[in-house]
Amino acid sequence: MSLLELKNVYKIYGELHALDDVSLKVEKGEWVSIMGPSGSGKSTMMNIIGCMDKPSKGEVLLDGVDISKQSAKELTTIRRDKIGLIFQQFHLVNYLTALENVMLAQYYHSLPDEKEALEALDRVGLADRARHLPSQLSGGEQQRVCVARALINYPEIILADEPTGNLDEANEAIVVDLFHKLHNEGTTLIVVTHDPEVAEVAQRTLVLRSGRLAKEVVNQNFTGQIHFDRS
Amino acid sequence: MFLRMIKGTLLRQWKKMLMIAFTIALGSSLATAMLGVMLDVGDKVNQELKTYGANITVVPKRASVIGDLYELEDGGTSGAYLKEDELGKIKTIFWAFNIVDYAPFLNAAATLDDGSEVTVVGTWFDHHMDLPTGEQLDAGVVSMRSWWEIESGAWLDEQAGADPDAAMVGTALAQRLGVTAGDTIHVTGSTSDRTLKVVGVYDAGGDEDDQIYVQLGTAQALDSLEGSIDSIEVSALTTPDNELAERAAKDPSSLTVSQYETWYCTAYVSSICYQIQEVITDSVASPVRQVADSEGAILEKTQLLMILITILSLIGAALGICNLVTASVMERASEIGLMKAIGAQNGAVSALVLTEILITAVIGGVAGFFAGWGFAQIIGHSVFGAAINIRPMVIPIVAVLVVLVTLIGSIPAMRMLLRLRPAEVLHGGH
Repeated sequence: MSLLELKNVYKIYGELHALDDVSLKVEKGEWVSIMGPSGSGKSTMMNIIGCMDKPSKGEVLLDGVDISKQSAKELTTIRRDKIGLIFQQFHLVNYLTALENVMLAQYYHSLPDEKEALEALDRVGLADRARHLPSQLSGGEQQRVCVARALINYPEIILADEPTGNLDEANEAIVVDLFHKLHNEGTTLIVVTHDPEVAEVAQRTLVLRSGRLAKEVVNQNFTGQIHFDRS
Repeated sequence: MFLRMIKGTLLRQWKKMLMIAFTIALGSSLATAMLGVMLDVGDKVNQELKTYGANITVVPKRASVIGDLYELEDGGTSGAYLKEDELGKIKTIFWAFNIVDYAPFLNAAATLDDGSEVTVVGTWFDHHMDLPTGEQLDAGVVSMRSWWEIESGAWLDEQAGADPDAAMVGTALAQRLGVTAGDTIHVTGSTSDRTLKVVGVYDAGGDEDDQIYVQLGTAQALDSLEGSIDSIEVSALTTPDNELAERAAKDPSSLTVSQYETWYCTAYVSSICYQIQEVITDSVASPVRQVADSEGAILEKTQLLMILITILSLIGAALGICNLVTASVMERASEIGLMKAIGAQNGAVSALVLTEILITAVIGGVAGFFAGWGFAQIIGHSVFGAAINIRPMVIPIVAVLVVLVTLIGSIPAMRMLLRLRPAEVLHGGH
């Protein structure tokens, strides 16, 4: 059974078909990129897979559960237990330190554990910046805090929406390398991006156009050992 | 973690929270001031009205019956008297603390040297009493006739060991006799005569201006009525009458046991009259209706005004809170959306925001309470010339009102918070 399966999924806003009969499967431990121009339906798909929205039609099976039939409360629980979210704008709570931002995800999941949160920050290379506020961190560091927050509860899937969109090349490389590390540890990754080079480092790239799945490219050269370098 | 987030919000968004606290402080200060004044205004208005005279008169039962029969305003004495030695018992009734002043009166008909008749009124001026309860009381006409103007001399001072023949003379009589303070008047009663020394001339603006006021014992001696009095005037703090009080005034025996207890234990003028009758032998105590009714009407209108101001101030505070909290939630939409995205249920986010607001409300409410206490004192001194005693019950009332107003004011923001979808605030809907 696939970890994630979309079956004939539609998302319709009035006349607009943001997603139009999309079907796909993502296996456990897979790293998939979703690409497409603006308005192609990437964010809509991200919202549906991330249990932040429901499709107008079709089935979305996450770990065998059809999330299109769940209530808002149940979707929150699924999000909490199975999904780690990474955003382009980081969305860190500005009055909490890096460590507290990571612990926030623990707090809503189970119980905050400072030691474990510090270890998560250490995994993203930010143990020494744990007590800093987001405003005292660079964009790359903030995104790494966001990654640490996403992985702290050992989610089934990490969903990243344009994770390198606001980063310079150096920080982009750090974040992509982190994804490699997570992938090698067995984490399932779905990365939404408009950047072909970031998309190409994944095992598989799905291309969306006007809400439809236009193309699927399998990266034959994927080794999982790549050190990302745009040059 | 919850406390860290609360602390973080309060400290790092202190300007916003300060505005919310200020709005709540404004509402709670007005509520405190108005409730404080409202609950104390009854006594203040009553005390103010006490300067216009007594609100209860006590006469012998026989005199009262004759007064009713012949529709005499003062009832006449008809040879019936009350006992002077029972006067202290008035301060032993259930509502003793509401008795603020009282004075006995004995009218002695006397003859002046020119053959004209004059009424010599024996009474207390500033009579000091050591009550059986251990309490001490200074009572008499000095405070109960506060509107009298002393034209010459001074009030007769009983406590300074005044001469038993000291007297105060009404201005009309003083003019007719050509006497002033320091002069003497010779009066002859039914059994004895006295040469009274005028210590003061007063202008009462009424019938009293043709009378002579002396100490009770002096008037009693003129007619050999030692230990007897005609009437008692009582100033009591009373609660405005309602239907129960009116029914009880007509016939207390018509009440049920619980109604009787409610009536007896409420400071209605009728229940105080009833209790006075219980301790003064063969007496009839009746309210001076004009004064009692004025007290009730003024009190009710003043209290209604205070309630309206309190309600309006709280509505204003609720609207202010509504705007500020809604603005705060809108500003924090992405933060709230993020919390929901990483697994916070609506209840957890609502609890967080409500706790922040309630802590702010408590701070604002406490500050407002003390500010309101200050406002109440300003109102008390400028309107009543006395401090307002904020009753302890104002504290829980204001606390409940602050919490209620804060919660009601937060409803629109909470609705917005509950409807907020993370997908809409963390990235576009599509």
